[in-house]
Amino acid sequence: MLRYIARRFVATIPVMAIVALFVFSLLYLAPGDPAAIIAGDQASPADVDRIRAGLGLDRPFLVRFVEWLFNVLRGDLGTSIFTNLPVTTMIQQRLEPTISLMVLTLILSIGLAVPMGVLAAWKHGTWIDRVIMMLAVFGFSIPVFVVGYLLAYVFALDGLGIADHVTTWFGQAAGDTVAGMMLPVQGYTPLARGVGPWLSNLILPAITLGGVYIALIARITRATMLEVLSQDYIRTARAKGVGNSTILFLHALKNAAVPIVTVIGIGIALLIGGAVVTESVFAIPGLGRLVVDAILRRDYPIIQGVVLMFSFVYVLVNLGVDLVYSLVDPRIRY
Amino acid sequence: MSLTIEAPVAAAKIPHITPAVELPDVLPPVKPRGRVATLIRRYPTMVIGGVLLLLILICAVAAPYLWTVDPTALAPARRTRVPSAQYWFGTDALGRDIYSRVLYGSRISLEVGFAVAILASAIGMTIGLIAGFVRWLDGLIMRIMDGLMSIPPILLAIALMALTRGSVGNVILAITVAEIPRVSRLVRGVVLSLREQPYVEAAIACGTRTPLIIWRHILPNTLAPITVQATYICASAMITEAILSFIGAGTPPIIPSWGNIMAEGRALWQVKPHIVFFPAVFLSLTVLAVNLLGDGFRDALDPRMAKRV
Repeated sequence: MLRYIARRFVATIPVMAIVALFVFSLLYLAPGDPAAIIAGDQASPADVDRIRAGLGLDRPFLVRFVEWLFNVLRGDLGTSIFTNLPVTTMIQQRLEPTISLMVLTLILSIGLAVPMGVLAAWKHGTWIDRVIMMLAVFGFSIPVFVVGYLLAYVFALDGLGIADHVTTWFGQAAGDTVAGMMLPVQGYTPLARGVGPWLSNLILPAITLGGVYIALIARITRATMLEVLSQDYIRTARAKGVGNSTILFLHALKNAAVPIVTVIGIGIALLIGGAVVTESVFAIPGLGRLVVDAILRRDYPIIQGVVLMFSFVYVLVNLGVDLVYSLVDPRIRY
Repeated sequence: MSLTIEAPVAAAKIPHITPAVELPDVLPPVKPRGRVATLIRRYPTMVIGGVLLLLILICAVAAPYLWTVDPTALAPARRTRVPSAQYWFGTDALGRDIYSRVLYGSRISLEVGFAVAILASAIGMTIGLIAGFVRWLDGLIMRIMDGLMSIPPILLAIALMALTRGSVGNVILAITVAEIPRVSRLVRGVVLSLREQPYVEAAIACGTRTPLIIWRHILPNTLAPITVQATYICASAMITEAILSFIGAGTPPIIPSWGNIMAEGRALWQVKPHIVFFPAVFLSLTVLAVNLLGDGFRDALDPRMAKRV
């Protein structure tokens, strides 16, 4: 067991190394010569060379890569060109909103998508199945920011005038209640200031970000459930008179779990990409905003740091998923 | 002697046998269906997607003839007009006609989508074939692909775009790089399973050279999954292009692409939502069309997959 876990860990090292190499090349190939920038306009070529040597920029690629790698392993991701703060500090400052958004999205998506997929598989071939699968296609097709603006327009700006309609139908008091329930358009409130404000700021972004993810999980849940439901032991359970919900959730879903959990892990990539956009739409000061701002300012160390961190998290999450189900599922041999 | 044979008259006069009464038609006569009707009945999603995509393609190609004006013409006096008979989709913050911009913008989306789909499939296929056939390179290639795959695609494209000037060509290249690993994996998997097939073994036993085996036996069998995959890549490339432009790392702002129109409407969207609305609808419809087409291809080309997904 321990040997298996160790082996899986070792297997991720080459992957991580490739990611690191790519991310380092990014900075290496980045346009603009830091030495020339530091030296200024009046510097002679000899001065620039001296500064370059002083920064160690004249050494070969591999030497610099190894040195950079050791710095990364010690937790030093360099300094932002724009703010002069260490990249790790800047990432730490932006960590909470992004983690909040992702965790909420994960809970929401899995909570919605798995029952949807199970329902579609159970009602296979009926209109319920078709509607759910159609929703999944829409989920794949409507880009994150479009969903974001649409939701914000309806539920934050009240663009459809829901409050007015409620007023005409149910009176002023009800209309005011609805108007009061409209969510904030943008921004972020830290969790420390209470769950209510935190949630009201994050619920729309989380639904927005969850769109594609829900579609992905619902599809794979339906597909694996269909496969499992056609197996003999399900028929046996039915013949024994086991109830529908017990069959679906205890007998079938448990055995369909491995592909579903795998896709949940792989889909984290979609969440990371989507977070960049969602945070821009809803003005959430998270890592996504950080990277977008960094691009506009060409702040390469920041881009590098965020890409590196997200990729490592992604690899580790998927490693964790693999390990968890190989420990839980006795059918997986290791 | 007569050679004429007498008709067996007696046969008609066999007693107790009456000729069958003509039965009424129980089933309505089967109407011969045209090929189009059959196609619609069997693959409705593919037809809907195809027609929708065709319409958008026509918009893109015939944009100058569809009552558009210069999509980059500024008219500060007519800023942020709401949709009207004169400006069908309204005007943006610089007075440019959004209808014209959206129509011309479809060119960028389609160009990026198709170019990435073709490039990523071609390169991914080559890499997948090499990995599947040159065994000593397989491990190395697949580790590199694993590494690229562990960087979330949008971040990878963003990182690449940060290195280069914004241009449509660079956007295409950046998205292509991000999509290649998935195609390579797919092709490698297909190649490895095909190599074990008896007919490929038979071809090897016959002394067929490897290039000919690839050309004649392997390639045709990878085409179906590649076509399906390429369609999905096209859809995701369109979304990625819009996202890159939206966050300011994509197509140069001077070019009207859907992502750019939305990026420009971003600051005003709470008061003038129509600027963001129209490109958003067109982008969603186009991606939907391509995805439906892809689902249709999958159902038509890979019945086993169709049953599962």
